[in-house]
Amino acid sequence: MYFIRRILFAIPLLLVISVLAFALMHLAPGSPFDTERKPASPIVEENIRAKYHADEPVWKQYGEYLNGLLHGDFGASLKYQNHSVNDIIAQGLPVSMLLGGLAFCIAMGVGIPLGFLTAARRGGWQDYAGSFVALLTVCVPSFVIAPFMILIFAMKLKWLPVGLWITPWHMIMPSITLGAYFVGKVARILREGMLDAAQSEFVTAARAKGLGENALLLKHVLRIALLPVVSYSGPMLADLLTGSFVVENIFQIPGIGVFLVNSCLNLDSTVVVGLSLLYAILLIGLNLLVDFAYTLLDPRVKYE
Amino acid sequence: MAFAKRARRIIRRARFLLFASFVAVICSCSRREPPADVVIINNVEPESLDPAVIVAQADMRIVSGMFEGLTRLAPEDDRAIPGLAKNWDVSPDGKIYTFHLRTNLLWSTGEPITSADVVYSWIRALDPKTACRYVEQLYYLKNAEDFNSGKITNADLVGVSAPDKYTVRAELKAPTVFFIDLCAFQTLAVVPRQAIERYGDHWLRVKPVPVSGAFELDSWRLNDKIRLKKNPNYWDATNTLSEIIDLLPVGSPTTALNLYENGQVDVVWDKELIPSSLVDVLIKRPDFHKFNYLGDYFVRFNVTKKPFDDVRVRQALALAVDKERITKRITRAGEQIAEHLVPPGIQNYDPPPGIGHDPERARKLLAEAGYPGGKGFPRFEYLFNASPIHEKIAVELQQMWRDELGIDMELRQVETQVFWGMQSRLEFQMSKSSWAGDYNDPNTYLGMFVTGDGNNETGWSNPRYDELIAAAGNELDLAKREKLFQQAETILDHDEMPVIPLYIYVGINYFDTNKIAGIWPNILDDHPLRAVHRIKPKS
Repeated sequence: MYFIRRILFAIPLLLVISVLAFALMHLAPGSPFDTERKPASPIVEENIRAKYHADEPVWKQYGEYLNGLLHGDFGASLKYQNHSVNDIIAQGLPVSMLLGGLAFCIAMGVGIPLGFLTAARRGGWQDYAGSFVALLTVCVPSFVIAPFMILIFAMKLKWLPVGLWITPWHMIMPSITLGAYFVGKVARILREGMLDAAQSEFVTAARAKGLGENALLLKHVLRIALLPVVSYSGPMLADLLTGSFVVENIFQIPGIGVFLVNSCLNLDSTVVVGLSLLYAILLIGLNLLVDFAYTLLDPRVKYE
Repeated sequence: MAFAKRARRIIRRARFLLFASFVAVICSCSRREPPADVVIINNVEPESLDPAVIVAQADMRIVSGMFEGLTRLAPEDDRAIPGLAKNWDVSPDGKIYTFHLRTNLLWSTGEPITSADVVYSWIRALDPKTACRYVEQLYYLKNAEDFNSGKITNADLVGVSAPDKYTVRAELKAPTVFFIDLCAFQTLAVVPRQAIERYGDHWLRVKPVPVSGAFELDSWRLNDKIRLKKNPNYWDATNTLSEIIDLLPVGSPTTALNLYENGQVDVVWDKELIPSSLVDVLIKRPDFHKFNYLGDYFVRFNVTKKPFDDVRVRQALALAVDKERITKRITRAGEQIAEHLVPPGIQNYDPPPGIGHDPERARKLLAEAGYPGGKGFPRFEYLFNASPIHEKIAVELQQMWRDELGIDMELRQVETQVFWGMQSRLEFQMSKSSWAGDYNDPNTYLGMFVTGDGNNETGWSNPRYDELIAAAGNELDLAKREKLFQQAETILDHDEMPVIPLYIYVGINYFDTNKIAGIWPNILDDHPLRAVHRIKPKS
């Protein structure tokens, strides 16, 4: 029941988002139809505006857009004239999702052991080294990591391709670049959580009962400490799956992250609204999943 | 709780399956395609591949490989040579062109191409519903402009017809000496009626797309690549030298250079795709090919607003600019400074001398205009769109005018999309500008400064100038025509100066001449794909 209510509540939320995105695009200065080369006569410009219904009042344009949306049609791109927004999503989203999925695996696969290690060896050199690595990945932006990796692994060692998205080899550097930030983030959240949990009474009780330190950390402390990581992973995954402008740009990857930014610059309003909605849907959906995962991890959590 | 337990059990069991499917997804995403003969980086993703829609040169390079017009450009020097038409006759008054089509023309899908297809393509571009941005390339035809603006609705009145299956008759408003060059322009290319009428705006997304040119569209993935494969039905297919060409949309100069240096691409053919900080180093390498380009960088005044309504002020500012400082310090690719708007090396024309660099005279003119030593000169704004080069040039100009004339200029940077609109609505005092010629004739530059032209964008109007341009348009004698254009250009960038020309662009392509052939440097920076090929290693 609870989850059904949540899903129903998402519908008006999406409507509000679409209205806001639509309105903002129309309030932004400039027109998507302006180009360096001006049409020889104003008639040509009128023809272009008429073709995209830009000459109609905004509320009517929104109504038409909404009508299309109900039929699963996100509209036509104003910039890429042979492609619909559905096309752009269908071609770009799988690529961005794969890249984001790989980066997610790296973030979790490296971040959780790193966080565990730093918490388990608190105060030891492993803690300092691990925390330094975690801090570094959070602080160094991807547009610094990527060129360094390209320089070393592609240009000097020639182990990996510089860019493009063809074979699994092409996916290694972009996934690491995209995942690096979240490795540090996950490790730090987990470390905090474990140190917090380690002070709980049940830990003292378990220790008093003679439970080994490793078993204690793995079976009891880690499980509680994972909860904040899980709640963070929802928005993180939404972020990762919708692509990254920087990473896609540097490695020349045909995802939707590039469109998310370029469509704003081009004032390509249908693409902006469509991708905003997509992002919102992913965010809402993944948060829902996170809440569901809570019920699996923590027996105390119940939704009515 | 029971449900949660069950879910946990399922997840535990499915772990292996999950892992296996993940690996499968990764592997299925890697593609196995035959390698291309040549991989080219072609600047950003094309807006469209429809000849009647495209505006950008990068888009035109792809489209001209797919759709051919009555003429086409020679790869060596960009001369217009016979394309779908094998030859043509011109009436003595230069107004009627009769084109004779080849009789062996086929669409890539096998149907014959006839003169009716040519007429359809031109009328389609002119149809207001098509909303073609480059439609003025067809305005030279009789009644074309009226049809495009809806003043007449009968397409039969437009000056193009098909007297028989293999003849196209074009009737022009005025003798247009560059009409044969225009026929090679993409807006006039021949497009497949059968597909367009059936699929509407989606015609380029339904396979197979019938093409009239050397290459068929094999695949088109947004922001990924466009793959073209040789069209065996093309009339000149024996001279199409590559089987498969990949064109990658790359907008980042660093990425383009990295891909090239790592051997993942063979050719990068856009001057914008060289990291600007490395230009002076790279330009010395043997695989970087530099040539004069039919394009220049200039400054526009808004002559409708003070203080630039005064010609003396405009001349003073122009005389005070040391253009070499811009090419030596900022652009650094060995650009020539521009004394005049029309770049040198253009066909049928030798530009007249410009106003030159003379700070002394500049100060005198400014004093005459009422601002001795820059005193009392109103602050003004220089408008430009976001880009490091534009910004550096703006700062350099700001300093030159402060040092030489004692006047203060403010810089205003806006988003590119906002910039175009402000420029065309004259919402500026002075603005950054550039122009690349569409065809090899001075009219491509001088024609846009006549009164009221959409690309004038200065508010400037001069009846004598308009007369001279109109007279040149009617003149068949090339020497007399050149004189008329020279007189007009003297008014434009010597006497009146609504613009200050700064420098001529250079084109730069990079590829290894030991590996790739069929790309020649030329003023239009146009390189027909049919000639591009990989040199076969000697066995």
